[in-house]
Amino acid sequence: MTTTAPAVRQATGSKVAPTRHPFRWLAAAGVVMLLAMAANSLVTNPAWEWEVVGQYLFAPSVLRAVLLTLELTALGTVFGFALGGVLAVMRLSPNPLLSSVAWGYVWVFRAVPLILQLLFWYNLALLYPRLSFGIPFGPSFFSVGTMDLIGPVTAAALGLALHQAAYAAEIVRGGLLAVDPGQREAAAALGIRRVRRFFRIILPQAMRSIVPNAGNEIIGLVKGTSVVYIMALPELFYQVQVIYMRNGRVVALLLVAAIWYLALTTVMSVVQHYIERHYGRGRS
Amino acid sequence: MIEIDGVHKSFGALRVLRGVSLKVAPGEVAVVLGPSGSGKSTLLRTINHLEKVDAGTVAVDGELVGYRRSGDVLHELPEREILRQRTKIGFVFQNFNLFPHLTVRENVAEAPLSAQRRPKAEVAETVNRLLLRVGLSDKADAYPGTLSGGQRQRVAIARALALDPKVVLFDEPTSALDPELVGEVLDVMRDLAKSGTTMVVVTHEIGFAREAADTVVFLDEGLVVEQGPPDQVIDHPQHERTRAFISRVL
Repeated sequence: MTTTAPAVRQATGSKVAPTRHPFRWLAAAGVVMLLAMAANSLVTNPAWEWEVVGQYLFAPSVLRAVLLTLELTALGTVFGFALGGVLAVMRLSPNPLLSSVAWGYVWVFRAVPLILQLLFWYNLALLYPRLSFGIPFGPSFFSVGTMDLIGPVTAAALGLALHQAAYAAEIVRGGLLAVDPGQREAAAALGIRRVRRFFRIILPQAMRSIVPNAGNEIIGLVKGTSVVYIMALPELFYQVQVIYMRNGRVVALLLVAAIWYLALTTVMSVVQHYIERHYGRGRS
Repeated sequence: MIEIDGVHKSFGALRVLRGVSLKVAPGEVAVVLGPSGSGKSTLLRTINHLEKVDAGTVAVDGELVGYRRSGDVLHELPEREILRQRTKIGFVFQNFNLFPHLTVRENVAEAPLSAQRRPKAEVAETVNRLLLRVGLSDKADAYPGTLSGGQRQRVAIARALALDPKVVLFDEPTSALDPELVGEVLDVMRDLAKSGTTMVVVTHEIGFAREAADTVVFLDEGLVVEQGPPDQVIDHPQHERTRAFISRVL
């Protein structure tokens, strides 16, 4: 604002000289120098193997892996936030049983590392070889082998979603608590039904504080999917490992994965910006 | 129109209402005065069951609010019924409580559409008529955040009227406003009073009470100390406590 106004004449006729910032200039020069050095090394150091990066960036096996990464992220997000939303509402419920069950869920699933949870679901068959469906404590209608029902992709999606739900629950709860209690009261005084009150009045306002945190979580989840490599699922991280084990081009292939993760999170950040703008309407 | 009979309400050990009885006839404007902490707001909130009473009854338009009597027992109504009763009772809050993510038009239209399930076209007409009445037709598509306090409270009044309620309750409607904005809200309320709307107003605006009230009720420490026409209660109070209060606020 003041940078383009070198010397403003005041009403009194005195000249106003803006403060000079020599150290800012010095710091900027230093940063430019470092950037130039980094760019130079990226271009001139042949060990980066840019031609290998280009060769694999859009290779079919890599594209399939990107797709699986996206699929796992989507499943983890949708089911994670759906369950998280339910848990948040349970946690805020006046019913002590519902509230403590939700608390217990968050407690357990936030405490145990994701990688351990994934291996657990992957090995569920060791615990329950067959799953049966029927009346609780009553007769069973049919049963299936756990291995048939929960394959590696299902196990991975399940693990990611259940883990994500614990974090999502806290984010949603925080968002709901951030809404002025007067809003609930006004809606109740107008005779608006509970469900409508939640979805029309409270949730849209809660979204203002939910979205930035949820964006963080979902971007975390994109990268979190890389953990499922331990289940030998060919998502992005596993796939590039497979390729570089074969051809030894470690750095180039790690770069391929990095570029894809960067691209995915960039798209998500842009989407997040528009969602935030949508829920920010009516606020200055 | 409103019959409050022996209402008691405590918050923990604090006894806020200690047997309040009050009758408001159809078309009557009752202004409730009293020092802060006297239970004015709580009394108002029991009328539309935002607060449950500990003892006593509240009836609006001949119907018990929040309960169904069978013999000697009062059964609490299911929420659906209470919500239906509330559509007959408009409520204007001190802090407006407009929905900030909805436009002025959407704020006013929300309850008639979702709580009363009235047809869209009819509601649109009602909204236009009410916004004209409170002088905000040009703000229909603005968000509450862009309005002044006085304009927000006028929207809140239009929102309460949109349900076509039997009574309208005002909980200190001008207390959160800058002094120069109080007048526009009182103008709207005066206009409502003249048109025969049954109103209960909790306020500190003695001028409004004197001018628009049919009955002034003085509440102190959870009890009705004195009630009557404004020239009696405000100008010739019978009780020492009323006299002391009036002399402090005038």
